Amino acid sequence: MTYLAKPKLHHPRLPKNALGHTRRDYEGAVSTLCAGCGHDSISAAIVQACFELDLPPHRIAKLSGIGCSSKTPTYFLGNSHGFNSVHGRMPSVLTGANLANRELVYMGVSGDGDSASIGLGQFAHSIRRAVNMVYVVMNNGVYGLTKGQFSATADKGSKSKRGAVNTDAAIDLVGMALQLGASFVARSFSGDKAQLVPLIKAAILHRGAALIDVISPCVAFNNHEGSTKSFDYVRAHNEAVNRLDFMVERTPIAVDYAPGTAREVVQHDGSTLRLRKLHDDYDPGNRIAAMTFLQERAAAGEIVTGLLYVDPQAGDLHESLNTVDQPLNALGDAELVPGAAALEGINASLR
Amino acid sequence: MPQPRAIASVNDFVVKFANINGSGSASANGLFARAIMRMGIPVACRNIFPSNIQGLPTWYEVRVCEAGWLGRRGGVDLMVAMNPQTWDKDVASIDPGGYLFYDSSKPLPPSKFRDDVNVIGMPITEICNKAYTDARQKQLFKNIIYVGALSSLLGLDPIEVEKLIGEEFRSKAKLIVPNVKAFLLGRDWAREHLAGVQMGLKLQRADKVKDRIFVEGNSAAALGAVYGGATVCAWYPITPSTSVAEAFMRHCAKLRTDPQTGKARYAVVQTEDELASIGVVIGAGWNGARAFTCTSGPGVSLMQEFLGLAYFAEIPSVVFDVQRGGPSTGMPTRTQQSDLLACAYASHGDTKHVLLFPEDPRECFDLGATAFDLADRLQTPVFVMMDLDIGMNDWLCEPFGWDDSRRMDRGKVMTREALEAGKEFGRYLDVDGDGIPYRTHPGTHPARGAYFTRGTSKDRYARYSEEGPIYVDNMQRLLQKFETAREIVPRPVREDAERKTQFGAIYFGSSAASMREALEALRGQGIHLDTLRVRAFPFHDDVSEFIADHGQVFVVEQNRDGQMRTLLVNECGVDPTKLISVLNYDGTPITARFITREIAEKVGVLTPVPLKKRVAR
Repeated sequence: MTYLAKPKLHHPRLPKNALGHTRRDYEGAVSTLCAGCGHDSISAAIVQACFELDLPPHRIAKLSGIGCSSKTPTYFLGNSHGFNSVHGRMPSVLTGANLANRELVYMGVSGDGDSASIGLGQFAHSIRRAVNMVYVVMNNGVYGLTKGQFSATADKGSKSKRGAVNTDAAIDLVGMALQLGASFVARSFSGDKAQLVPLIKAAILHRGAALIDVISPCVAFNNHEGSTKSFDYVRAHNEAVNRLDFMVERTPIAVDYAPGTAREVVQHDGSTLRLRKLHDDYDPGNRIAAMTFLQERAAAGEIVTGLLYVDPQAGDLHESLNTVDQPLNALGDAELVPGAAALEGINASLR
Repeated sequence: MPQPRAIASVNDFVVKFANINGSGSASANGLFARAIMRMGIPVACRNIFPSNIQGLPTWYEVRVCEAGWLGRRGGVDLMVAMNPQTWDKDVASIDPGGYLFYDSSKPLPPSKFRDDVNVIGMPITEICNKAYTDARQKQLFKNIIYVGALSSLLGLDPIEVEKLIGEEFRSKAKLIVPNVKAFLLGRDWAREHLAGVQMGLKLQRADKVKDRIFVEGNSAAALGAVYGGATVCAWYPITPSTSVAEAFMRHCAKLRTDPQTGKARYAVVQTEDELASIGVVIGAGWNGARAFTCTSGPGVSLMQEFLGLAYFAEIPSVVFDVQRGGPSTGMPTRTQQSDLLACAYASHGDTKHVLLFPEDPRECFDLGATAFDLADRLQTPVFVMMDLDIGMNDWLCEPFGWDDSRRMDRGKVMTREALEAGKEFGRYLDVDGDGIPYRTHPGTHPARGAYFTRGTSKDRYARYSEEGPIYVDNMQRLLQKFETAREIVPRPVREDAERKTQFGAIYFGSSAASMREALEALRGQGIHLDTLRVRAFPFHDDVSEFIADHGQVFVVEQNRDGQMRTLLVNECGVDPTKLISVLNYDGTPITARFITREIAEKVGVLTPVPLKKRVAR
C-alpha cells in the first residue's frame, strides 16, 4: 500500500494515443490494495488496453461487486462512471446498465468469491444471456478482506496460510463459461502483462459475453508454499496455448510471424486477432475441443492460459431482444408514450 | 315436500360457479359476467383459485349489483355446482332460499341436497354426450351449455352473449359457430325443460355501466408502465404478479414496436431470480432508463439487500408488489395487504421507501405511470402496492385517461451542456434544499460529471468516507428527501360524513370498494364516519390532520398485525389508542358486511348509551 499521492504534473513527453490522451488519463485513484497485489497489475493492464484502443474514458462503464477485486475500479479509468454494487451481483447490475445504453463499453470486474461463490448464479446467467461485456475475474482463490478463507476456486488440496487444507472441489469459471455459451473465453495471469493486455483489448471489441479469468496471487494470504494460486506455482504450471496480437483495422500493426504458426480471427467490427499458436493441438474456434483440452491439462496439473475460445461473429442480448439501435435511455416521450388516442382504443376493447 | 322460500331479486345477487381447475370454465364464466355488464348492469367478479394447474377446485364469483358496489359481498344466491369434489361445501354455502344449479346426469341421493334451497337440475353431461363425439368438445362445451341455460333462467340477453363470442374469437372465426351453437343448445334446453322452475333472480337491462371498462389490475399496471415510459422490465415468475410482466410484453409488442424497423423500444428479461430482477432494474435506472420489476412478498424478501443499495446510492427503480397471503409461501393464490412494513422499511440499516396504494385497476394505471416520475424525481425505489384481488381479477372501473401534454419528469439529471458550462457537480450535493441531488448518466461528458456509485458511505462528492459527520450529513439529507417525497406523492382522499362525527376511518388499496359500501350500510344504522383513503407513504400532512380531527379512527386493512396502523403510529406520532384496527386476513377479499359488522360493534362499545335511554329501551 502506498501513501503517496499521485503527482498531478505529467511528463510532457508521455506518449499520446489517437485521442490525445496519455496513459495517465486512463488511471484512477491510488490503489489501497497491498503492495505487490496481482489485482493492481490487472488494473494496469486494463488502463493500458483502453489507452491503446483509443477509447474515450467516459464511454466506458465499470461495474463490480464486493471484495478486493471489486475495489479496483476506483484505481483505473477515473473519468468513467463506476458502480460498486453488492456482493456477487455485479452481473445483474451490468445487464441492466447494458440494456439501458447499448453504446457504452461495459467492464465488469469481479473476484472468485464474488463470482464463484455468492454470485455463481448471476455469473452463469449473465453469460448464458450473452450480455455484451468484458467480465474480468481477479482470481486468487482466497477471501482477502476477511483475512484468508478459501474461496470456491481454491484447488482441492491447496493449503491456506494457516496450514488448513482445502477439501472441497474447485469451481473452474473458464470451464463453466465454455459450457454456458460464452463467446470469448480466456485465462491469463496477472504477472503476464504481455498476454493480458491484448486479451483485454480483444475482449473489449468482442460483441457478446467475454470472460477473462485472471489468476492473481494474493500476496497477503495466498502466496505461500502449498498454495496453487501463488506466483511461483502459477509460473511453474502455466501452460500458454497461444499468444495474442491484437489489431484494430484502422491501425494495422506490421507483425510478421512464420506462416503456419499464426491464426487470424476477424471479429464483427473488423478488428483482427492474430494468435500465435504455441500448442499444436489447440483450436480456439472449437468449443468442445477447448473444453476437452482444458480438462485434460487440468488433470495433468497445468493451468492453461491464452485465448481458449472465441466465436468472432457472436450475437448479444440486444440482438436476442431485437431492441432498437438507439439507446433505450435516450428515447423520449414521443417514442415511449403512446398517447390518449391509443388509450381510447384500449378502453374500447375493454368494454 | 313444501316449496322452499325463493330469494327474489332483480339485478342484485351473487352467482358462484364451482369448477375444476383446467376444465375450461374460466372463459365461459367470464362470458357470463361480461354479457351481464353489456346489459348495463355492474358486476364484480372474483376468481378463487388454487396453486395448481389442473384438477383442484376453483370458483368464480359474480356479484351482480345495479347499485354499483364492487367489493366482495359474501354469501351465495345461486350456486352453479360443477365440481363433485366440493359439492357438500358448495351446497352448504348457499343462502337459505337460494338456488342450486347442477348437472343431473347422474342421480344423487336426497341427502346431498338441502330443503331450504331451490334445486335446478340439468343433465349437462348427457346433453353433451349426445351432441358431441369429440371428448374434448364434450368437456369444453359443458361450460358454454350451462351459460346458455343460465341465460334462459336469469334473463341474460342472448344477443349480448353471441356478440361477445364473436368478439372473443375474432381471430379464430371457425370457433364462433360451434360456441354459439353450444350456447343456444343449453338455452333452448332450459327454455323447454326448465320453464316451470321457480327463479326469483332476474336480470333487467339497466344503464349503470356507462363508459366504464372491465380490466384486471395487473394488465392496467403494465399499461401504466408503458405510459410511464418504462423501457426495461426484469422479472421472475411469481403468483400473483406474473401477468404484470406478461401484459407489459403484450402492450409493448403493440405500442412500442418501431413501425419502420420492427425493433423493440423496450427490453424484457426474465431473470434467474428476484435478486437478479432488482439488480437489472437498478443497473438500468443508474444508466438513465426507466425500469421496473413486478413481484410478490417472497420476491420482496429476496430483494432486500439491493433495495437498500438503491435507497443509499439513490437510484430510481419501480417495484410492483402484487401482495398475496404471507408469511413464507403462505397462501400464494389468496389476497392480503401484508407487505406494507416489509416494503416501507425494506433492507438493513435505516431505510424508508415510497409506497403507492392503488384502489382499483384504473389507479393501478395512474399510479403505475406516476411511480416512474416519482422514482426519477426522488432518485429512490418506489413501490406500487397492489394485491391479488385487484391484480388478478377483472374490475369494472373508470376508463383509462391520459393528458397528451404530460411529459415524463426525468428529475434532476445534469446534462452535458450544464457540465460543459462549468456547473458544479456533486453527486450527493443538495443544491436546492430539497434533499435531492443532481445525477449524471454514464457517458455524458468526456471530462466532467463522472462519479463512483457505491453502497458504502460517501461524502457529497461521492467520495468514500466513513467519517461520522460526513455519514450523518448524508443520512440527514436522505431524511430531508423523504420530507420532500411527502409533499409530492399522491394526496390522500378525504370524504366527510354529512354530519359531524368523532369517528373516522382510514383505508387504502383494494379495500376501497367494500369500504364505500360499508359506509352506506353504517349510515343506515345511524353510524356516521369521515373517511380518508391513503394513497401513498410517506404520509401527507393531511393524514395526521385527519387523525387529529377525530376521537377514534378505524384503520381498515387486510393483514393480521395492522401494518398500516403501525406505520401511522410510527410516522405520524399519533396516540396509538386512537387508532382501532379492523382486520380481515383470511385470504379472501374484505367484504362490506365484515367492515360494517366490525365497525358497528366497536362503535357500540365506544359509544356509551346514557342510563336513562338504556332503561327506556
